[in-house]
Amino acid sequence: MKIKRVSYFEANARARIAALVDEGSFAEFCPPELRHTSPHLARLDAPVAFDDGVVVGRATVAGQPVLLAAQEGKFNGGAVGEVHGAKIRGLLERAVQDKPAAVLLLVDSGGVRLHEANAGLIAISEIMRAVLAAQAAGIPVLALVGGSCGAFGGMGIVTRLCDEVLMSEEGRLGLSGPEVIETVKGVGEFDSRDRSLVWRVTGGKLRRALGEATALVDDDVASFRAGVEACLARPAPGRDAIDDLDVLLAAQDKLQRRRATLADARDGLDVWRSTGFPDPQAVPMLTAESFNQQLAVVQAEVRS
Amino acid sequence: MSDVAVFDRLFGAGGHTVEISGHLVRGGAQVAGRPVAVIGTWNAAAVDGDLALAVSAAVLQVVAEDAKAGATPRPIVFIADTQGQELSRREELLGLNGCFAHVARCVDLARRRGHPTLTLIHGEAVSGGFLAFGLVADRVCALPGAQVRVMDLRAMSRVTKIPLERLQGLAKDSPVFAPGADNYWRMGAVDELWPDTDEGWDERLAAALAAVASAPEGDRRAAIGAERGGRTLAEAVAAAVRDA
Repeated sequence: MKIKRVSYFEANARARIAALVDEGSFAEFCPPELRHTSPHLARLDAPVAFDDGVVVGRATVAGQPVLLAAQEGKFNGGAVGEVHGAKIRGLLERAVQDKPAAVLLLVDSGGVRLHEANAGLIAISEIMRAVLAAQAAGIPVLALVGGSCGAFGGMGIVTRLCDEVLMSEEGRLGLSGPEVIETVKGVGEFDSRDRSLVWRVTGGKLRRALGEATALVDDDVASFRAGVEACLARPAPGRDAIDDLDVLLAAQDKLQRRRATLADARDGLDVWRSTGFPDPQAVPMLTAESFNQQLAVVQAEVRS
Repeated sequence: MSDVAVFDRLFGAGGHTVEISGHLVRGGAQVAGRPVAVIGTWNAAAVDGDLALAVSAAVLQVVAEDAKAGATPRPIVFIADTQGQELSRREELLGLNGCFAHVARCVDLARRRGHPTLTLIHGEAVSGGFLAFGLVADRVCALPGAQVRVMDLRAMSRVTKIPLERLQGLAKDSPVFAPGADNYWRMGAVDELWPDTDEGWDERLAAALAAVASAPEGDRRAAIGAERGGRTLAEAVAAAVRDA
């Protein structure tokens, strides 16, 4: 069977879902016909969307039931408003009852929708609590990051709460977007128009080298699907079997050591050098496959 | 400017061991005769990775100490005073969002281990710096004069492409958009707005901690926001997805 390549970066939210899940398995909750739009955008004479920029529903992947939310980066940068955020929170709460194999968050968002900033900030906090509650109930939550808006602001925090983060090189993950930093701190701090710099500071290869992304995949939906299938094939993280305090103490130690090891780092090149890549300058040009092979080699060398 | 006299008003002069180190608040106190831990940020901190990890380390220390001693889990009183996250290329490179997620996870662990968690907003609570721990707590109280908002209006203007003047005008009357602790109260994210008096803070604090202990399980902020009329859609839409 020949599989048509669908660029994850270029596809919209619905096309990503269609190519990600088992054919015909997707059922949407609160579909556009129900017209859950944002009254706050309407008040500002801004365009509204009948799904408020996020598609939520259930499907199967390789026969396993999942709940999923896909943010539409082409609508207001995937930003989280009251309705948009409530759909994601409701999905995560539903997971505690439905007990799917996983919740998939197809994150493509600059964070809080500033047109309804307070509602968006609170919604993100509610999503954070709901992710933690789903995980506490034993449901793995996976983030997929490969869209044009990346995962920034509060959605960058939500992404880092997830059990697994699948990224393409084109995916970007952070907190404050380069444009915001440039506006406040100046172009000398962060030149947001220097696209290669932006990718070296926020992109998938940087996040994978730091261990923040758990997999780097190619920019096609089939590669993301393969990554999801690999996650689903692993046993779910046993919340009861581990002492969370010890896990968090270890995470604390890892984060502190990273900041000490990379005290002078300002660029992804510094991170790749520190990780042990033989030619850091060449890393941006590597395919995902070559990158993963080199990373496996340098990590094996560190361990030996 | 943050004022250390706030701790005397909250816990009584000499009734606490709260110390300020840079932008970190750390110490202990007695509330209604029982020990509480005090952790937070100070002087409108721009929260960077070091400060976030100092907060998470303090939370983990409290959890570990009480677990080791077999003690009743102490309430944790968070002091939130932050202008938001530190804006820098270095912090982005090193994953400041991951540090914030780690803080939230530590607060969530404390909650599940039975530590009541309460945030007192002193000064300002802005955006990412507020998301990390202030908004994760069970209950949030705004002290007199507290400011709550998302983002500098100039940066907001550039991102939304809405002229600054229009944003400034809208900010005066929109609860969903405009800065202000009272707007966050209406939307269910702030539970108490403390009146502008110096008296009775100790009693208010004791009552707030008692309210945490007796609160129902789960995140009720959207339901409260609907009851108060500040956030009319969030609970209904979440329920529609839950029950679809």
